[in-house]
Amino acid sequence: MNIKEYKGVFVFAQQVDNKLAGVSFELLGKGRDLAKDLGCDVTAVLLGSGVEPLCASLTEYGADRVILVDDPALATYMTEPYAHALSEVLKKYKPEIVLYGATAIGRDLAPRVSARVHTGLTADCTGLDIEPETQHLLMTRPAFGGNIMATIICAEFRPQMATVRPGVMQRREPDASAPLKVERFEVKDLASRANVDILDIVKKVSGKMDIQDAKILVSGGRGMGGPENFTILEALAKVLGGTISSSRAAVDAGWVEKDRQVGQTGKTVRPKLYIACGISGAIQHLAGMEESDLIVAINKDPGAPIFEVADFGLVGDLFKIVPLFTEAVKKAIAKKATA
Amino acid sequence: MKVIVCIKQVPNTNEVKLDQKTGTLIREGVPSIINPDDKAGLEAALKLKDQFGARVTVLSMGPPQADAALREALAMGVDEAVLISDRAFGGADTWATSSTLAAAIRKLEYDIIITGRQAIDGDTAQVGPQISEHLGIPNISYAEGIEVKDGHITVKRQYEDRYHMIRAKLPCLITALSELGEPRYMTPSGIFDAWQREIPVWTRSDLTIDDSSIGLNGSPTRVKRSFTKAVKGKGTVITLEPEESAGWLADRLSEKFII
Repeated sequence: MNIKEYKGVFVFAQQVDNKLAGVSFELLGKGRDLAKDLGCDVTAVLLGSGVEPLCASLTEYGADRVILVDDPALATYMTEPYAHALSEVLKKYKPEIVLYGATAIGRDLAPRVSARVHTGLTADCTGLDIEPETQHLLMTRPAFGGNIMATIICAEFRPQMATVRPGVMQRREPDASAPLKVERFEVKDLASRANVDILDIVKKVSGKMDIQDAKILVSGGRGMGGPENFTILEALAKVLGGTISSSRAAVDAGWVEKDRQVGQTGKTVRPKLYIACGISGAIQHLAGMEESDLIVAINKDPGAPIFEVADFGLVGDLFKIVPLFTEAVKKAIAKKATA
Repeated sequence: MKVIVCIKQVPNTNEVKLDQKTGTLIREGVPSIINPDDKAGLEAALKLKDQFGARVTVLSMGPPQADAALREALAMGVDEAVLISDRAFGGADTWATSSTLAAAIRKLEYDIIITGRQAIDGDTAQVGPQISEHLGIPNISYAEGIEVKDGHITVKRQYEDRYHMIRAKLPCLITALSELGEPRYMTPSGIFDAWQREIPVWTRSDLTIDDSSIGLNGSPTRVKRSFTKAVKGKGTVITLEPEESAGWLADRLSEKFII
């Protein structure tokens, strides 16, 4: 393999129901940084059916070019048609780097493609940089449940591929004046590649805001004692305009839904404000929230590890402090409204 | 029906602690366990055994001590176990691990291959889909329920906000989520038998595979360095009466224009 033939940063632009996943924009933001260091372009690869209207927003968020594979066989994600189409794109264009969201799609597609095109893949990266001397991609990820970090390189194979957890990288401000450049790419007989049948698709209905989209999260853990006590967190979240999340302990106990879980086996969040109530702060939990702009911890145990990462820590009874704090916030907001 | 389950022996990362002084992992005294997702996969395979009399073979690639994980699987009720172990396989990344496991699987007959979604030490979720690619069979990841009928498997495949019911013709590989089933306990007679059994060890010479696809040399990726995360500076921690605490915090957030 002559690795010098491989040029450019590619981002797999994930869409579901013809809506782009947020992580696609985050990857474009990071892709731009990498492309700047390498002196190359950023390309979004968009697979789907009837998805051409999505090309404009990919361009606004940083794609110099969009490679579009638009085919009815790609309407709903299935491993094989997607893996085949993407592998064909990679074989033709020979990118240096390919980034995927570490989603339920990306973590299925990327390994299949890496085995097919015979290259390395690094999972769940939280840091991506270019090594100045070698121009290799430095892929940093947590291991051992977030206890240690490892920097991985893929020196002799191309493309260098990585999945990145949603919520870790930052999207850039959209640029509406960026010129749209779309290249259509045809893959023959894609429909015949399907080797499974989708019998049914069942969407979960959640009335709540996605915790990765929330600017403010009020999070509860084992110290909440039971599901009924989350109402005081709901009340605080409502006043602050946020939503509730939780630690793994509260999910495992069945107090809250799995989609609320923050941490290594849940979601990574970086809200403006994260309020941890009755969460001790196991390393697996910290891995999912420590990039929050401001962290508040309320816990009765002064030795809880959560206080190590908190900007503001309150030692005491959360059942007393949280309702009083909710009232104080209401007052402060009312005061500002009249000022 | 023949089912192969791939399992990994992992340190129980929930019990791994950091040495605050040196910043290194304290692995001493940390018990080794069967990776939890893999154990759910074992349970799914054993249900197929209960239901259809499926023959279940468990494979593990690892150092000689992974033998203990295989014996635990035998004691749970699997029929056969094979340890894939050789220094030549050491240092493998997911690409080389999956190609080695695929080479071992090619020596066996199978209708269904089950791996855990991901291992708690590496959390990559890559080895399952990569094995299926090396074998050229379909894979269905993130399985939270399965049903086998008429030479087909139907899988409840989890996504973030939905699930798909997916049907595939066998052979097929699935990656198991813990939702697939609470692993059964080992039985006393199973434990007794498991420790009497001879577990075959397949080494480099038992597999038909190129040297360029195994071990460190067959691994496209390398660990360049590993380190512990820099600890961020500690903030302000207060212990006051609840009313004062609440007021103090509201003032801080007000200063930061959050409220």
